[in-house]
Parts: sequence; structure tokens; C-alpha cells
Amino acid sequence: MNPLDELYQQVILEHARRPQNHGPQPVPPAYRAEGVNPSCGDEIAVWVTFAPDGTIQKVSFDGQGCAISQSAASVMTLKAAGLNPDAARGLITDFHDIVTGSTEVDFDHFGEMAAFSGVRQFPQRVKCAMLGWRALEQALLQRNPAA
Amino acid sequence: MDAGILIYRIAKPRLRSLACRVMNSSSPDWTAVRAQFPMLRQVQEDGHPLLYFDSAASSQKPQAVIDALTRYYEHDNANVHRGLYELSARATMQYEDSRRRVAHFIAAGESEVIFTRGTTESINLVAHAWSGKNLRPGDVILLTELEHHSNLVPWQLAAERHGATLRFVPVLGEDGSLDEAAVPELLSDEVKLFAFPHISNSLGTITPAPEWCALARQRGIATLVDAAQSVGHIPVDVKSLGCDFLAFSGHKICGPTGIGVLYGRAEILASLPPWHGGGEMIESVHYGHSTYREAPARFEAGTPPIAGAIGLAAACNYLSALGMEAIATRDDILTTRLVDTLNRIDGVRAIGPSGKRGALSSFVMDGVHPHDLVTFASGRGLALRGGHHCTQPLMRKLKLPGTARASLYFYNTEEEIDRLGEILTDTRRYFA
Repeated sequence: MNPLDELYQQVILEHARRPQNHGPQPVPPAYRAEGVNPSCGDEIAVWVTFAPDGTIQKVSFDGQGCAISQSAASVMTLKAAGLNPDAARGLITDFHDIVTGSTEVDFDHFGEMAAFSGVRQFPQRVKCAMLGWRALEQALLQRNPAA
Repeated sequence: MDAGILIYRIAKPRLRSLACRVMNSSSPDWTAVRAQFPMLRQVQEDGHPLLYFDSAASSQKPQAVIDALTRYYEHDNANVHRGLYELSARATMQYEDSRRRVAHFIAAGESEVIFTRGTTESINLVAHAWSGKNLRPGDVILLTELEHHSNLVPWQLAAERHGATLRFVPVLGEDGSLDEAAVPELLSDEVKLFAFPHISNSLGTITPAPEWCALARQRGIATLVDAAQSVGHIPVDVKSLGCDFLAFSGHKICGPTGIGVLYGRAEILASLPPWHGGGEMIESVHYGHSTYREAPARFEAGTPPIAGAIGLAAACNYLSALGMEAIATRDDILTTRLVDTLNRIDGVRAIGPSGKRGALSSFVMDGVHPHDLVTFASGRGLALRGGHHCTQPLMRKLKLPGTARASLYFYNTEEEIDRLGEILTDTRRYFA
């Protein structure tokens, strides 16, 4: 596969065309955080609601951006739901490794997240991929600043 | 004699005769001109030839400029204005000759040309030295809504320091036109300085600079023209523009990075305090106080960008030999073709003036974000800029999530523009 097709895998283009969990949630009960990419001006907002036991109930996002930032946020909303905050933080680290690391990506383990390994060949697009994920990190911090 | 010098001596006359052949006619042979830019022969790893359409960000360099830099570092390198030895005197002479050459290029007096790191530093110099002397609480700085961040943020900082406020000439729409009718009223008593772009870097709008400068001067308002996109593209003459300050960068006009110019009218420079302190800008230094030299030395503290100045002078020579009128005509022909090509692509909309404009066009593609477009195009060898082009407030006002921008210079070709059209058609097909 050429680097472009690896970057824009069908999974990514599909999520960009039809993003999942797109749209705001009422605040409260949701926590809301924003991400801004200064190189392009893209802005994203992420909402997180928590179940009574502290696990993440629903993640949603809104904003305009490139196919990479929109699809990465869309995949994130699917993957983070149902996790406890620590596991979600681990997932953020995993995703960062997928888009920046050099070790082989476990496709079976990471599913759709693994499609973003093509970003590795485009360092200037890492910020796009991480835009929604950094906002999720902020939202988790808001709920539990000590973590 | 060592081999390097031998090659240099043999190569030089050949280059000179090539330059004469290319430049002596009234309309240059643009194919031969293009051949003088080594970068433009580049082929990407994947076999795609480089299609360079980002000259508004930085231009490519002709061999003559590259040679001038090499010659300086190989034969004439020393610090200026301080050594009494022959080499230092030679470097000083070349540095000051470069100032004369650059001054001549924009029809300025030689003491009216201050070498800086670039347009941004030139504007910051004025925002500090001029503002410190002239801005009082309640004063107003007038800008336009087209401003590049570098002609906006320094004024925000100056306004904050001195209790002044900013006002803006409104942009009227995606065609990049400004509310020119509002300018006479906007140039009110509280306005102390009017700063505006000669050509907008993101939309290509050409402002009526001579008229605005004349109007401002009648009312005692200082003017600064951000000429980063006009010098080197159209003939620029500071005396007929009638501005007090004019700023531009070397690297956008075939010169090196790290060198720029602030033109300041002699009378106004004479009235300004220093900005940066250090060596070379002083007359006499004591532990408690110092006295300062006249302009331009007063504004050039420390070791200046010597090689940069020499490279910029070589660039000015190069452009003058081609002829600024010929370059402007060439820019116009290519830009018209570029805009027509963009507008013929399904789902693409060129943004900016419908008539005369700078050598660039911003555009948007339905359903495709500028970053994705630029990444895809890059895979085909096409170098475009994508994003807000350092004009975030303008993009916000026009409700654009950024644009892609193709900008060109005399070395681009009609065939490259046609190829750009094909690649953008493919881009739309890929994402839509």
C-alpha cells in the first residue's frame, strides 16, 4: 500500500464521512473539554458522561476538522465508552503509540484504532489524530483533577 | 591553484553569459530562467517532479543568489564595522554595498534601509520604537481585517503597553474586498498609525496603498505597509507609495532566510529611539548611560545578517535584470490561468478578488478539508499551503475552516498549473 492509502484507509474515510457520537451532551451531567490545533485552527469539543460507578458512560464530540481528526475522534468515542478513567488514560497512551511509535501495532487487539498507524509516516498529522484524544484527557482531568 | 578556485574561475564567465542571454531581451526566456533554480529540478523519492506552489510562504533561489552566499563564505567572511584588517573592511564594504543595492531596488535612500530578520521583525521594530515615542492612552491604531498575524499581534501588544486600541477596515466578503469607502471616516483624530498589507497573503487582495498613504499623511497619521507579498512581485517604489514605513522579507523574493528590510522615511527614523541595545548601535557607552548612532545603525544592534544582506542584494540584482515589469506581467498571466483552472474543477471554489490580484489563490473544495487536500496533493509532488495562512481572524470572519492556497512566481509554468488542476480533480475523487 502506498503511504497515502495507508494514511487514508477506508475505515478512516468512512468514519470521517459518518462520524459516530457526533454532537453535544448537556453540561452537567457531562464534562466538556476543547482541543485546538494551532497549525490549522481546527477546534474540537468533547463531552464525557460517567455512570454512578465512575466508568465512562458516553463520549461524544463536535467540531470541524480534517478526515484524520474527525475519524480519530469518532473511533475514540466508541473505544472509550464503558472504560474506567484509568483504562481510558491507558487507551490514550496506546493511541499515541499507534500514531507515533515504531513498534508493530497489534491489529487484533486494537481493531479500528490500528488503522491510524499510517499517521506515523506523516509526523505533521499527529496533532490532527490526537486532537480529540487530548480533549478527552482534559475532560477526565476535570472530573478527577488528582489523577 | 586549487581545483575549487579553478572551477570557480571557469564557471563564472559561463554563468554570466547565460544570464545575459536570458535577461537581455525585453521579455525573458522563462524556460531558461527556470533552469537557473536548482531546487526546481528536484524529483521526489516516489518519482513525482516537484510542483512548487508555495512561493508566497518562501520562494526558491536562483543559482546567482546561492553563488553569492557561497562566495561570501568562501572568500569574504568576517565581522563588519569593527575589524581594521583588510578582510573585515571588505566584508563591511559588501554589507554596505548591499544596503545601497536594496535601497535602490525600492527607490529608498540608503540610510532609510534597516536590515532585520524579516517582515515580522521589521514590524515589531516599529511597534516598539515608534509606539514608545508616539502612542498615548486613548490613541487608535488602524489595521485591516486582512492582516497577517505578523501585522496584527505586534500591534495588539503595543496597544496593551500604551493603552491604545485597534480598529479595522472591514473586509466585505470572500472576494477579499475592503470597505474602502469607510477609510476616510476611519482615519479619525484618535488614529496615530495606519498599518495594512500591500497584497493580502491569504486572499491576494491589492490595497490602494498610494491613496491611503496620501490620505493618512494629510491628517498627520503615520503609515506602515506590509509589503511581504508585493516587493519582488510588482515594482515597489516607496516614494511614490508615500508610506512612512514599509516591511518585507528576503526569502520571499529569491533571497536567503533570516534577512528582511524595514524602510523608514528619513525624517521619521531620525525621531525614533533605539529598540534593541548592543554593539554597533552606539556612539559612546558609559556605565550609567550611552549615546546612539544615527539610523540605520541605531536600529542594527549586534552582528547583522551579513551573508543574508549580500544574498538579498544578489536577489535584487537578479530580479532587476529580469525586470520587475516583466515579472509582474508573468505573474499576472500565470495567476489568471491558475484561478481559471481552479474554478473549472467540479466542487472547487477560488476565493479572492475576481479582477487583479496578487500571485496566489486560496480555494476550498467541497467535502474535503484543506489539510487532507494538501496531504494528498503532496503525495503527487504538489506543494500547497493549507490552513489559516496566519490569518485566523479573517478565516473566522469569512466562516472558512481554513483554505488551501496555491501561490506562484515567475518560475512556475503553464504546464505545472495544468498538472495542478489534474491532481486536484483526483483529490476530489479520492475523498468525496
